[in-house]
Amino acid sequence: MASFNSYARNVFLAEIASGMWLTLKYMFMPKVTINYPYEKGPLSARFRGEHALRRYPNGEERCIACKLCEAICPAQAITIEAEPRADGSRRTTRYDIDMTKCIYCGFCEEACPVDAIVEGPNFEFATETHGELLYNKDKLLSNGDRWEPELAKRLEMNAPYR
Amino acid sequence: MPKLTIDGIAVEVPANTTILQAAELVGVEIPRFCYHDRLSIAGNCRMCLVDVEKSPKPVASCAMPVGEGMVVHTKSDRANKARGGVMEFLLINHPLDCPICDQGGECDLQDQAMAYGFDRGRFHENKRAVKDKYMGPVVETVMTRCIHCTRCVRFATEVAGVPQLGATGRGEDMEITTYLEGALASELSGNVVDLCPVGALTSKPYAFNARPWELRKTESIDVMDAVGTNIRLDARGRQVLRVLPRINEDVNEEWLADKGRHAIDGLRAQRLDQPYLRKNGTLEPATWDQAFAAIVARVKGLSGGKIAAIAGDTADAESMMALKDMMSAFGSPHFDCRQDGAALDPTVRASYLFNSTIAGIEQADALLIVGADPRKEAPVLNARIRKRYLRGGFPICVVGEATDLTYKYDHLGTGADVLAKIADGSHPVAAALKNAKKPMLILGMAALTRADGAAILAAAKAVADSCGLVKDGWNGFNVLHTAAARVGGLDVGFVPATGGKDTRGILDAAGKGEIEAVYLLGADEINTAKLGKAFVIYQGHHGDRGAHRADVILPGAAYTEKDGTYVNTEGRVQRALRAVFAPGDAREDWTIIRALSEKFGKTLPYDNLAQVRARLAFVNPLFAAAGKIQAAEWKAFGTAGAIAAAGFEYPVKNYYMTDPISRASRTMAQCTEEFVTGGARQKSSDPKTGTHG
Repeated sequence: MASFNSYARNVFLAEIASGMWLTLKYMFMPKVTINYPYEKGPLSARFRGEHALRRYPNGEERCIACKLCEAICPAQAITIEAEPRADGSRRTTRYDIDMTKCIYCGFCEEACPVDAIVEGPNFEFATETHGELLYNKDKLLSNGDRWEPELAKRLEMNAPYR
Repeated sequence: MPKLTIDGIAVEVPANTTILQAAELVGVEIPRFCYHDRLSIAGNCRMCLVDVEKSPKPVASCAMPVGEGMVVHTKSDRANKARGGVMEFLLINHPLDCPICDQGGECDLQDQAMAYGFDRGRFHENKRAVKDKYMGPVVETVMTRCIHCTRCVRFATEVAGVPQLGATGRGEDMEITTYLEGALASELSGNVVDLCPVGALTSKPYAFNARPWELRKTESIDVMDAVGTNIRLDARGRQVLRVLPRINEDVNEEWLADKGRHAIDGLRAQRLDQPYLRKNGTLEPATWDQAFAAIVARVKGLSGGKIAAIAGDTADAESMMALKDMMSAFGSPHFDCRQDGAALDPTVRASYLFNSTIAGIEQADALLIVGADPRKEAPVLNARIRKRYLRGGFPICVVGEATDLTYKYDHLGTGADVLAKIADGSHPVAAALKNAKKPMLILGMAALTRADGAAILAAAKAVADSCGLVKDGWNGFNVLHTAAARVGGLDVGFVPATGGKDTRGILDAAGKGEIEAVYLLGADEINTAKLGKAFVIYQGHHGDRGAHRADVILPGAAYTEKDGTYVNTEGRVQRALRAVFAPGDAREDWTIIRALSEKFGKTLPYDNLAQVRARLAFVNPLFAAAGKIQAAEWKAFGTAGAIAAAGFEYPVKNYYMTDPISRASRTMAQCTEEFVTGGARQKSSDPKTGTHG
């Protein structure tokens, strides 16, 4: 009897029919793919993308060269050098992140006492050469200037949970 | 010997011990801020409160002497609550600006707040802010962070002997200040930075440079004076960023003089990082091969008697050993490590050592200083003399120009002729020395570098013999050196061989053309104009006087960049370790000499440091016993002669600039301007208030 059922399924192409039915069903369902460079999927407020150094609203850089991010960085991707600025305040003379070493764990952002170093929503920073991924302070500050509205919004959304 | 119980541990301690000291003996930790082993007890921070049974209130353990049958609890609820309360009060006015504070990561307040503090504050009013004070070029102040432990005040008053720090106001208005808003004029001022348990006093040259956790720590020896202070070099990458003292009770306790601490920025400037050759009157960069070839071409044909060598003040024993062996291979007897021409007798070790030892100063009961200014020549040793002086019963007499030594003394005159009177007993001081149980005499370089230095040495020996300075178990005859390399050089035997010329003789002969080639191993304190037309090879690390005159420059390593052996003024052999590599093409000094000897076909018989050290130990077995001291035998030395009555001229006129490293140092230049040339005080026009981040 069992062999008869199997024989019948083969004769009437039952597998093909059920497969075509599934295909037909998905034809009328909403699409999950997006047209990537032109369309983008949703991003969590906690997404950890490209780094940025933020400024205060008056334009003063936030970073105070405490070196906690450098100390916590498990990939040792951050290099900081500091000295007193002309006005006597503690500032970095060098703030480098090797984005090819970075593992995007977000510890730097957690360690920062002044919300200076943050990981923003940007993940589209692929480059043609390795050298371009060795970020210096200027690059990080310009990232901060470019993304500030987004960064501030994300920090605000995360604030209740920190 | 009272017996007491601390946290259930019974202990018997000498009377007059405090509870805190007794707890340390049994290994019980009691937190403290104001208490420090080497300072008087203040008892004002209250952090060391402990619970003593039958006492109505918690007791400040640092100031409470132990009593018979005391039962102390350091971890009871009452003790913990008391500490938590004290910590909360301390933090009320503390700015909590740890991220921008240089003390962050090595801060007593941070650590103890973690261990004993409450996890949040209850103080919501405004914190106070205090105006920062100016304390000179090496001490940065952020007075808002101060918790008024007064360690700095007690250090300045007791150890440094410059009572310029104090506290004004009471309660919330209390401020630590230099009374006259001037710099802290002490050669030991850098130590207040180490003592400060918070970040109120930090190092100005090191400001914001690095965090303690990123530094590589290397144990080394200070070469800025002959005390041989034990230091720790903190380096990051290829730079030594700061120097801290290591504790060595026999040498420096835990102090370090400002030059040793802050001259290191001179290691980044004026460095010789490649060989140079003089061509047509100007020094031009060259390769090692070219430099060696030029030396071989000029020196190879010369007979031994036409070659000479002078070793400088910071040379390590290894390089002097190698250079001595090379000179001997050349057949030259002319080499000397006494570039100031000091009339030291290299044959009798007791004649050039600080025989009483530095720790021995504390047992002495009378002191005669001849031609030395210990405050400038050896500040850490001077602090030891002051420590003994403060205990009382220690008459001090000085022969030489009167200067402020931070303690009182009888001034016996400026001329050396007093020595003869003391020796024959006609001077009243002779009786005082004779009556003392452990009398000391310190003979300085000002006396020995004079033309009649040998006669003064003999006169000092006569004083030592006639006044009973040398007796069983005590040798009160002391020579205070100013050069870190000097005793090492004498122990190696880097002194003229039979028929050889000393430094003065070498310079004279070079001027006359009798000596045609002179090898300077970091020798910068000689009069290079006297070298005449001689071919000068300079091996060293800084483009200083010697290098300016040189025909060939071989770049060597500074003391932070090589494993070296140094012998301090008491004859203690100490080893320094390499903290960083020398810049550019520079090499460790003994390897340069070893390589050069190969070019002459007279290869020195050692290929690695262990073999050089074995050679050192073979030449003088003392070098095998690092860190130890061996009493030198008291023998006859010195040749009596006429002594001029002229006053002494102290060798260290500007404490802050005595060698190539400190002359290249920016910080030392600022100190010179502040304390020596008395230039316009750099006072910030807008005194900062509070913290500045």
